[in-house]
Amino acid sequence: MSSQTPSQTVGPFFSHALTPSGSGHAPIAGRQLADERTPGTLIRIEGRVLDGKSHPVTDALVEIWQARHDGAYPDDSDAFRGFGRASTDADGRFWFQTVKPGAPPENGAPHVNTTVFARGMLNHAFTRIYFSDEQEKNARDPVLANVDPVRRKSLVASLRDSAGRPVYEFEICLQGAHETVFFDA
Amino acid sequence: MTSKRILSPRDWSSHPRQAHPDYKSTLLRSQRQPLVPLPQSLSELTGPVFGHCGVTGRDADLTRNSIRDGEAIGERIIVAGRLLDESGRAVPNALIEVWQANAAGRYVHSQDQHDAPLDPNFLGAGKALTDSAGRYRFTTIRPGAYPWRNHSNAWRPAHIHFSVFGTAFIQRLVTQMYFPGDPLLALDPIFNATADAAARQRLVAAFSTELTEPEWALGFEFDIVLRGPQATPLES
Ligand SMILES: [Fe+2]
Repeated sequence: MSSQTPSQTVGPFFSHALTPSGSGHAPIAGRQLADERTPGTLIRIEGRVLDGKSHPVTDALVEIWQARHDGAYPDDSDAFRGFGRASTDADGRFWFQTVKPGAPPENGAPHVNTTVFARGMLNHAFTRIYFSDEQEKNARDPVLANVDPVRRKSLVASLRDSAGRPVYEFEICLQGAHETVFFDA
Repeated sequence: MTSKRILSPRDWSSHPRQAHPDYKSTLLRSQRQPLVPLPQSLSELTGPVFGHCGVTGRDADLTRNSIRDGEAIGERIIVAGRLLDESGRAVPNALIEVWQANAAGRYVHSQDQHDAPLDPNFLGAGKALTDSAGRYRFTTIRPGAYPWRNHSNAWRPAHIHFSVFGTAFIQRLVTQMYFPGDPLLALDPIFNATADAAARQRLVAAFSTELTEPEWALGFEFDIVLRGPQATPLES
């Protein structure tokens, strides 16, 4: 038996290694998980990371892991890899282009598993992005049901009407009155 | 809803607490609400695979992977170890990414304002996949300590950042590896955010004569342990 290695903060200086930054170093994943050829509905997730004073967190790293359009998680043989990584910009904003995940095979609503790292976070935070246009499935989702109804909306990205492609907006509040629900699985 | 656990929980006696006032940046960025328990479903127990994403041996040699017109400057070192889970089982074919400052304590990053030279032949970023026995191996330059503005005359001990994926998304780990005997460790609020001294020691690499290559580079051993299978299955 061994014991877990402690987590440490990602710090402020990860972008040359973990994200595309023009350094010539090829990152293993980026913001664009899917394109027109990927089966499913192409969507954009646009988000913002805010601190306890609602100031933008300009050096956060956001990672997502999600199912394919049919609800199954991708494996090695899928062109759609289901994993994305984005750093926040000077306004604390990030975005992903992906396909809308299908609902899980058991029960519950479609969601995107999301991890947030930043300077000042000694452990990463783990949350889920649900979709505002899935009200019926969201109402039956056992994970959402387990969350205080007042805080539940922090997990639901809102669909913005935009010409053409659906855009979902999701705010990640690390602290404060609107602190996002973070999970311990 | 069943609450059967497949993986053991995050070990909060090992991980730092999120709010640690000595580390100033935690003040507005640490969570104040308790974490909400989440049953382990496929969402948590699956994870991305990186076997086909083109990681080559060159990516693990930071002294070579970004040279332009010469050699990377500094003390060449080998950092190697095993990726294990809590049951001692190797985690094979897992992606490990590292990043670090150069020998002078400077990062290749637009926000790093430390008045120390950049090295045109050293990017300070690498990646590797663990082999069938969970082993990884990087060749790099020993990073320098660098100042930060957390408190007066604050210096980070020399460290290498590690990003690790297990097979399950919730095994994800980002951490930092330190060097043995560094006098700055006792003063560092990030290192000391982990309350338990034995847990902190798991962040310090061990000098290894076995990994040291004659006439070439000193070796340091750093094993990384992720959450493993739940020892006693819980049912509810
Ligand atoms: Fe660092």
